[in-house]
Amino acid sequence: MHDNDMDTKSTRRVEIVCFTVEEQDFCIEISHVLEIRGWTSTTTLPHAPEFVVGMMNLRGTVLPVVDLSLRLGFGKTEPGERHVIIIAQIDEKVVGFLVDGVSDIITVDEAEMQVAPDVSSARTQAFLRGVHSVDDKLVRAIDVREVLPQAARPDA
Amino acid sequence: MNDLNDMFFQECDDLLEGLSSGLDDLENGSGDEETVNSMFRAVHSIKGGAGAFGLDQLVGFAHAMENVLDDVRAGRLTADENIVALLFTASDHLSDLVDAARNGSDVPQGQGASILSDLKLASGVTDGDPATEAAGAKEELPAFEPLTLTVDGALPELDELLSPAAPEVTVITFRATPQLYANGHDPALLFRGLEDLGNLTVEADLSSIVPLRDAPWSTPSPSWKIRIVPDDSVDEAAIRDVFEFVDGLCELEISAETAPPDNAVAALVDGAPEAEGPSPSAGPGQGVLTVVDPAAGTRKTQAARSSTIRVDLQRVDRLINLVGELVIAEAMLRQSMDELPHSANGRVDEAMNQFKQLSGAIQESVMAIRAQPVRSLFQRMSRIVRETSREAGKSARLVTIGDATEVDKTVTERLVEPLTHMIRNAIDHGLEVPEKRRAAGKDERGTVTLEAAHRSGRVVITLRDDGAGIDRARVRQIAEEKGMIRLEDDLTDPDIDNLLFRPGFSTASEVSNLSGRGVGMDVVRNEIQALGGRVSLQSEPGNGTSVTISLPLTLAVLEGMLVRVADQSLIVPTLPLREMLQPGQARIHTLCDGDRVLALDNELVPITDLGAALGYRDGAGCIEQQSLLLIEGDSGRRSALTVDAIAEQREVVIKGLEQNYQSIPGIAAATILGDGKIALIVDTDQMIALPVKSGAADRPAPNVTGDAFHA
Repeated sequence: MHDNDMDTKSTRRVEIVCFTVEEQDFCIEISHVLEIRGWTSTTTLPHAPEFVVGMMNLRGTVLPVVDLSLRLGFGKTEPGERHVIIIAQIDEKVVGFLVDGVSDIITVDEAEMQVAPDVSSARTQAFLRGVHSVDDKLVRAIDVREVLPQAARPDA
Repeated sequence: MNDLNDMFFQECDDLLEGLSSGLDDLENGSGDEETVNSMFRAVHSIKGGAGAFGLDQLVGFAHAMENVLDDVRAGRLTADENIVALLFTASDHLSDLVDAARNGSDVPQGQGASILSDLKLASGVTDGDPATEAAGAKEELPAFEPLTLTVDGALPELDELLSPAAPEVTVITFRATPQLYANGHDPALLFRGLEDLGNLTVEADLSSIVPLRDAPWSTPSPSWKIRIVPDDSVDEAAIRDVFEFVDGLCELEISAETAPPDNAVAALVDGAPEAEGPSPSAGPGQGVLTVVDPAAGTRKTQAARSSTIRVDLQRVDRLINLVGELVIAEAMLRQSMDELPHSANGRVDEAMNQFKQLSGAIQESVMAIRAQPVRSLFQRMSRIVRETSREAGKSARLVTIGDATEVDKTVTERLVEPLTHMIRNAIDHGLEVPEKRRAAGKDERGTVTLEAAHRSGRVVITLRDDGAGIDRARVRQIAEEKGMIRLEDDLTDPDIDNLLFRPGFSTASEVSNLSGRGVGMDVVRNEIQALGGRVSLQSEPGNGTSVTISLPLTLAVLEGMLVRVADQSLIVPTLPLREMLQPGQARIHTLCDGDRVLALDNELVPITDLGAALGYRDGAGCIEQQSLLLIEGDSGRRSALTVDAIAEQREVVIKGLEQNYQSIPGIAAATILGDGKIALIVDTDQMIALPVKSGAADRPAPNVTGDAFHA
């Protein structure tokens, strides 16, 4: 629509699912999201990183649930009935992200995403693809591959 | 195009299977005319398909093989031992070529050259005939390969078939069914094929064609009357062969001119009625030798094929998963209902019981879809027997029993390796050389028997040889030399036999090309145990050895013990479970550092606290209140696991963890319990191998666990 062809980044309108973790706004692309569920209890995994809450049963599929709050460097979540699990498909794998709540689904322009500032920590660099400015909010776009346990950086 | 390709190769597999069972029949003398015919058709169809896909190597080889089979069929060649052996070798090579074509690789030309020349030599025994050459030149019409039939030397037959004064003109009445067109055949091409057999006039009978507006346009109905003056040496069979590919798709009537075609009313649907004659339900029963009514065999498979469909395995698996869900949902529903106050629940109860029965029945039937007869597996083994005995300079034959026994597809696939190894062992070590067999008063040709049967919910596969049996003195000597046992050890015969399963044991004094490559029966045992099976061995000096494998019917379900550890539910597989000890029952000694051992039968068994080993808690629990599970691993090492409570024994559906997560040390898989909760299945072998202390002492630190996965 817009004549942005001259831009180095091509315009790409994407729908994102916005959610909150510790009252901060985050988002992932809707193409990853399979469904959103209320909290169900999980089975603790041995020898698992702490941010992997455990395994949940999604209609017979066994999948890990990642505590995004802990993974992103906020505190450990004490999951309760108000918490929400976003079931996401990343490549071949299906995982659940434990978040505080889902707030919105909006359409943004991928090209207008700003990269995270340089001052950020290694974790920010690795886990955030960038930030969207939506109204007066800053919505952080999560790199879903990076936050998975097996994609994690040793120094993260 | 890919679909077509796949279909062709799948068909090839079926055809090769048919060919192989035909050869078996020929070999043990139960073959008849129809056996050879069906073998011929199999090779022929492979050739036809290969031609369509431009697989020249395959076409050439199949052609040579077809010639030999045709000679056998026509009685010009006796299917004696040599010919059967040649055909066996040839069918092996044919299947190699098919495999190569499937994988897009090329089989080196040289490989089949000697077989090819043998085949040519065999078929060349009869006089070459121009027709053969002419036929050979027709390769550019691959879909209608029937033309390439060797029709030489058939004249006497012709005389018998037809009146003594062979009629000049043969009249063929041909009416195509709609299915013929639907399958992509074209009558014109068939007629062109006939043209090569003689002088031809084709006349279409349009009388039965109705105006478009009057009839369903999709039902073509013209018929043709073809008058052919056959060349010399062309008989009725050769003409019928032209129509081979439309077999059953048309009404075909062939007669000599003397009989006016219109009078021969009963339009014979080219043998189809008789082919349906033998009841398909008379399938080979379990425990019956492969040689089940050989005459009916091939027709039966034809009849059977029409009633099967090919389904993508993924679809079946999805169905199995869904049914698994259904069963779990049923259990959850049942549980929530039990929690309701007991009021007027009678009718609901009744409905629930019915529901439970139904879901159970559905699960069983769905599981049965994945089940496959072991026939194809056994047939692969017959090839191994041939190759191995040739290499070992021994003579052996394979007898298969119960090859209709059905086993989960995955199990059959994963049995190939261990069975191959066992057969090599049986021939290389078990069977004696022919001279020795003769001296012992046995048939020079050794027999290897492969038997499958269902027994109490498991599949039992037995491999027997009629060889010399295990030389126990020698086994013992080797074990002593290798330091596996001590000189003074008192071993029973079964103990000695079981030494064969120990890693690194190999009896062959020299490493032969066949077995004894350092991998032995221990590898076989590991493979079988990985499938949840057991192996045992019986041997009788002078009379041979038998190895028995017992397997679960499916890999998707596991028998396990539900236990509680540190408030977690875990499943311990029952297969390695040897003994369960209640708290206070066991004699436990504490070594230093809190390490504990269990005194059992003069043996000290290390004790592992399951909760600590899996990092559920720091340090071991209060052992006085814990139960002990004695487990024995593949290696024969034993270990005792402490658990807080033993709940019940149950069958669980295995859910892999790697699919969405990754493998976890000490955990084999997961399962979903009746209440929808997930329970992890303990990997007992890893538990035994796990150093007891490190698991207990170190609560995993983040750098060990959290981010060490991307290794």
